[in-house]
Amino acid sequence: MTTTTLAVLVPLLPFLGSVAGLLLGRTAPGLVRPLAVLPTLTAAVLAALVAARQGGGRAIDAATQLTPTGSVPIDLALHIDGFAALVAVLVGVVATCVQVYSTGYLRDDPRYPSYAALVSLFTSAMLLVVYSGDLMVLLVGWEVMGICSYFLVGHYWETPEARSASLKAFLVTKLGDVPFLIGLFALAADAGTFRITGVLGAVASGGLDHPTVIALLLLAGVAGKSAQFPLHTWLPDAMAGPTPVSALIHAATMVAAGIYFTARLLPVFAASAAAMTVLAVMAAITMVGSALAALAQDDIKRVLAYSTMGQLGYMAGALAVGDRGAAVFHLLSHAAFKALLFLAAGAVIHAAGTNSLTAMSRMSGLARRVPDAYWTMTVALLALAAIPPFAGFFSKEAVLVAAEHTALGERDVAPAGAGWTVLVAGLLTALLTAAYALRLWLRTFRGRGPEAPDHGRQPIAMTSVLWVLAIPSLGFGTTVTYLDDWFDGHALTPTLTTAVLGTGLAVAGAVITYAVWRTLATRTPVTASVPAPVPRVAHPDAEAGQVEAEALHLPRPAEDPADPGRALLGPLHGPAAAGFHLDAVYRTAFVRPVLAAASLVRFLDREVVDTYVRAAGNGAKGLGWLVRRAQTGNVQTYLSALLAGSVVLAIVAVALANAVAGA
Amino acid sequence: MTLAATTAAAHGFLSPTGVEVAFVLVGLATLGAALVTVTTRQLVHAALWLVVALGGLAVEYLLLTAEFIAWVQVLIYVGSVVVLLLFGLMLTKAPIGRSPDADSGNRPVALAVALAAAAALVWVVVDAFRTTWIDLDGPAQGSTDVIGQILFRHWVLPFEALSVLLLAALVGAIVLSRKKKEDER
Amino acid sequence: MHLAYPAVLAALLFAVGLYGVLARRNAILVLMSVELMLNAVNLNLVAFDVWLRDALHAGQALTLFTVAVAAAEIGIGLAIVLMVHRNRGTSDVDRLRDTREQPSAEEKAEAAA
Repeated sequence: MTTTTLAVLVPLLPFLGSVAGLLLGRTAPGLVRPLAVLPTLTAAVLAALVAARQGGGRAIDAATQLTPTGSVPIDLALHIDGFAALVAVLVGVVATCVQVYSTGYLRDDPRYPSYAALVSLFTSAMLLVVYSGDLMVLLVGWEVMGICSYFLVGHYWETPEARSASLKAFLVTKLGDVPFLIGLFALAADAGTFRITGVLGAVASGGLDHPTVIALLLLAGVAGKSAQFPLHTWLPDAMAGPTPVSALIHAATMVAAGIYFTARLLPVFAASAAAMTVLAVMAAITMVGSALAALAQDDIKRVLAYSTMGQLGYMAGALAVGDRGAAVFHLLSHAAFKALLFLAAGAVIHAAGTNSLTAMSRMSGLARRVPDAYWTMTVALLALAAIPPFAGFFSKEAVLVAAEHTALGERDVAPAGAGWTVLVAGLLTALLTAAYALRLWLRTFRGRGPEAPDHGRQPIAMTSVLWVLAIPSLGFGTTVTYLDDWFDGHALTPTLTTAVLGTGLAVAGAVITYAVWRTLATRTPVTASVPAPVPRVAHPDAEAGQVEAEALHLPRPAEDPADPGRALLGPLHGPAAAGFHLDAVYRTAFVRPVLAAASLVRFLDREVVDTYVRAAGNGAKGLGWLVRRAQTGNVQTYLSALLAGSVVLAIVAVALANAVAGA
Repeated sequence: MTLAATTAAAHGFLSPTGVEVAFVLVGLATLGAALVTVTTRQLVHAALWLVVALGGLAVEYLLLTAEFIAWVQVLIYVGSVVVLLLFGLMLTKAPIGRSPDADSGNRPVALAVALAAAAALVWVVVDAFRTTWIDLDGPAQGSTDVIGQILFRHWVLPFEALSVLLLAALVGAIVLSRKKKEDER
Repeated sequence: MHLAYPAVLAALLFAVGLYGVLARRNAILVLMSVELMLNAVNLNLVAFDVWLRDALHAGQALTLFTVAVAAAEIGIGLAIVLMVHRNRGTSDVDRLRDTREQPSAEEKAEAAA
């Protein structure tokens, strides 16, 4: 088979698997698991094969036109360069892991068939986005992901949290997608084609008339999908979905799509210094703000969600300084360790019967209950905190190096101001990231109190996946010297300055957090003796998915004074825990006016428009009543009316004749 | 205007001929009988006053030299139609004497329509024919001889058709008014 | 003789017949009024025939036909009136109102109460 055929099969197989799963889900339950796992696995293998054949060399381009589409042609096009090949491998691997994990995690879920089919569809859409060489086809995958995320986040639709979270995810990403669509049209109008190669060619020859407008419009869509400030608010709430879905959305698909899209069309953005600066500021705000918020969260999955936003901020920052190699490198390594973090967190939540860090900190021995999750999560957290030699260290260093080069003027793709912004924010975030990573680890696995409950071992489907993902989290950094060939050719190796700065700050953050934790722990030793009721789920022995769904309902435990995050943040803790009240701001700025406008429209419709309608109806009814009164059945009345009319007509006729004769 | 003036001068309204005087007097009687016919509260009296009105009309026909029509009027209307109507009144058990409800509630409307129609018609007729003169001299135009001649020379076909119509009406009247036998119900 | 005399008399007779048709309650009286209207028309026909000296005497011939038709009409009409009277027990025109707008159920109940 040619490479092109293989590449076409990569998005097609999960799609077919999804369709088959939806069709056969009820009639043949035994086929659901193979239909969920096998196509995704095959797609991952094929993606790896495509990557091996492509080998980071010349981009593979293939196109076919289904039907003429007027002045701007839309092609079914493939454009596989090093970025696409590697990201597709990543998507395939993570999706396979998620599917395998889900077979254990949602073992007894009655909606598992549709869930698996939607995950397959999601994967297929992401692979389409990755491989597509045409912006319109890319948009199809982009929107399919949006609707799939709506269904998957709302998997536990019995709970109001999941319902509102799925709606929020859909609406907020759509809010970005509208300008995105307009931006795509503007781009195609300027470039005269939807083909990515054509667009990049037009940019290279300076063919764009409105680069800033286009770039800013596209950035809105990217911000919505990749959860960048100010359209990030859907991501923490999306935790209401099952944990594997969170892993999929946060690691490989959805959020990665925005970064990947920007990386693909980076020359378009780079054509406008203003857009690059906006992207840099956006990334900086997202990084620092999300890191602060992550430090204050109590829900383990929300901590991870905010950390995802922060890491996406790094990627956006790398793009803002014009180094897409670093961005995609961080995307790859982040995908590995963040998928691992979520999947491990799912196991931890299952074991602890709660998703609250405070509740976990009041039980001991959680690490012994879930040793696989404990060890792999430790690895992933070290990678997240960018401690060498874990994967996160190398990719984050690549970002910081690119920012440093731009700031010092060694690279001129982006303005120096953008470089400084990203560099400073990145270093500050490195400190905060280490702090919240350690806090998460300490609160989860170093709790003191009664023994954690024992539910036996996790299913092999869940634990094995954790170890599979631990390998890239641990060792992906070693590939750094080979990777630059696949990307633009910039060196991705760390330099001494940023390595020392970044690692030093990370270690400093970790040390401070640990010190505070120790101090608080010794100062408040009574925590264990106080019979604080730890809220737990009702069916701790049930399968993991059900435990998580029930955990969504648990009451939040009271604020824990032993939380190092509270001490570290001080007065910032309250706002940070609430996501800096951005939701409230949006509520007053957008939701309330929209609701008010809706009620106004309803009033206009009910009271004003309907009045006319009702008046028309009542008028006809009244006339009918009057005319009905005339139907007396008395022949003489009818005849009288008839003859009176005749007389009147005759008089009029005569009068008219006289008038005409007289005139 | 001049033509009207000459004819009007020749036969002024203020110098009526004897025929005209007779016509107007009989006409007033006819009109009065008709009015009583439509206003009286005694149903049988209405039929009898109708006889007067129709008879008066027969006299008017005579004055217009339509002799044959006049006799036909007397024969058919006074002789048969009114008799028929009287039979009808009896068969429908019409009350003898004054019946208070001879007029329906539609009376004011009827009055208005009738007055308007009368006013309009009279106005138009007078406006159109106030100077027209009928020359009644010469041989009678409606003698039996003349009518017989033209009826059986020129109007034979309609006359025969009319006989079929009358036959049909006869059959219809019999069918309608025949009492069904008890076992047919 | 002025044509206006018979013409005005015919018009007035017609109006009187009209009033009778519209105002009388008994169907046989209505038929009488119809006869009056027919006779008004006949008078017109005769008068104009005499005035025009028509060679065919169409007016008088038509009068004869009208008389015959009127006789037929009165026969049929009386037959109908008789049948209605037999079936309904009345020959009052304004009480034969089966084609009127039927009152709804509650109005009927009110009327019954």
